[in-house]
Amino acid sequence: METKQNKSKEYMRPMPTNWWLKRTNYLLFIVRETTCVFVGLYAIYLLILAMLRDEPDSFAAWLQSPTLIVLQIVALPFLLFHSITWINLTPKVLVVWRGEERVPPSLIAAAHFGGWLIVSLIIFWIAFQYG
Amino acid sequence: MAPSDRASSDSTIALDVFRYRPEQEEEFTFQRYDVPYREDWVVLDALNHIKDEIDGTLSYRWSCRMGVCGSCGMMVNGDPKLTCATFLRDYYPDPIRIEPLSYFPVIRDLVINMDDFMEKLERVKAWLIPQEEKPISEGEYRQTPAQLARYKDFSMCINCMLCYSACPVYGKHPEFIGPAATALAQRYNLDSRDGAAEDRADVIFSHEGIWECTFVGECTEVCPKNVDPAGAIQQAKVSATQEFYQAMLLPWAKK
Repeated sequence: METKQNKSKEYMRPMPTNWWLKRTNYLLFIVRETTCVFVGLYAIYLLILAMLRDEPDSFAAWLQSPTLIVLQIVALPFLLFHSITWINLTPKVLVVWRGEERVPPSLIAAAHFGGWLIVSLIIFWIAFQYG
Repeated sequence: MAPSDRASSDSTIALDVFRYRPEQEEEFTFQRYDVPYREDWVVLDALNHIKDEIDGTLSYRWSCRMGVCGSCGMMVNGDPKLTCATFLRDYYPDPIRIEPLSYFPVIRDLVINMDDFMEKLERVKAWLIPQEEKPISEGEYRQTPAQLARYKDFSMCINCMLCYSACPVYGKHPEFIGPAATALAQRYNLDSRDGAAEDRADVIFSHEGIWECTFVGECTEVCPKNVDPAGAIQQAKVSATQEFYQAMLLPWAKK
């Protein structure tokens, strides 16, 4: 009877509102969640730019808008942060086995960084070819 | 301070211990105990000293004292830890705050109610379900070292629930299946002898299963057995996605 009474009096500690400041990984998580807004804004910026490709005047105005240049300057470090954190987690998702041995996680991440570099170089090359 | 002073027999260390006695109080309190400081003592040794020598009313769980049973998990200065593997010397001379595991209901003092986790282990069917049951006379279900390697890391889980206390998603949404139960479901899904991955899919590949996870990653950080539950959940997301597209694009193909 007594245990039954105690059971109803179990204590549940509320989660503090500043829980995300308690640990580095929590803070990094919140930073990822909030800064993705800039990644989204930059994606919208690129989509509108693509829509304007047949209207040279609007295209140029869109490129030269000071507000949008500021947006890109702000978004760039966040985009880099997201790219790097994304690639760093690829070994958690992609598990490759070579017989009994797991391909080292660092190798998986390194391969992604390598791929990112190659794709970036190709884009640079195309941009300067036609630029 | 010289090392000999640190180990001297008359030095003490303070433990601020979370107390909750439902029959006499509505709120928790912290009680300070001064225990002898020994370089080779872990937090659990200090708690046992309190229980034996200072205050027999203190309640907590423990069993093996060697990081195998998973009973003595508590919050030590806010970090989920096995108290049998957390040395006083890493905190000395500062006081140490001992609290019950976060996000679980507290029954008394440092004892939490783990029914929720037990129920989740049952729901994900965290046990081996052979593809074909065979009589004992046919011998064991054999497995190659390569097949063992696929799930071995996940099988190291000792159900200590530190990962749940590290997971803010579980704190906010207690219905989340959570790190350990998912890692254990993956442990059996990846076992070549098991044939019940499809039975586990309904629970695991659901919103309250893997899709609730936002990959904070702290579960893997605190795991005392290097299980990597965060990895297990993300790998399950990949499997779920593959199955979804396979079912959509190739509905006639057998899983």
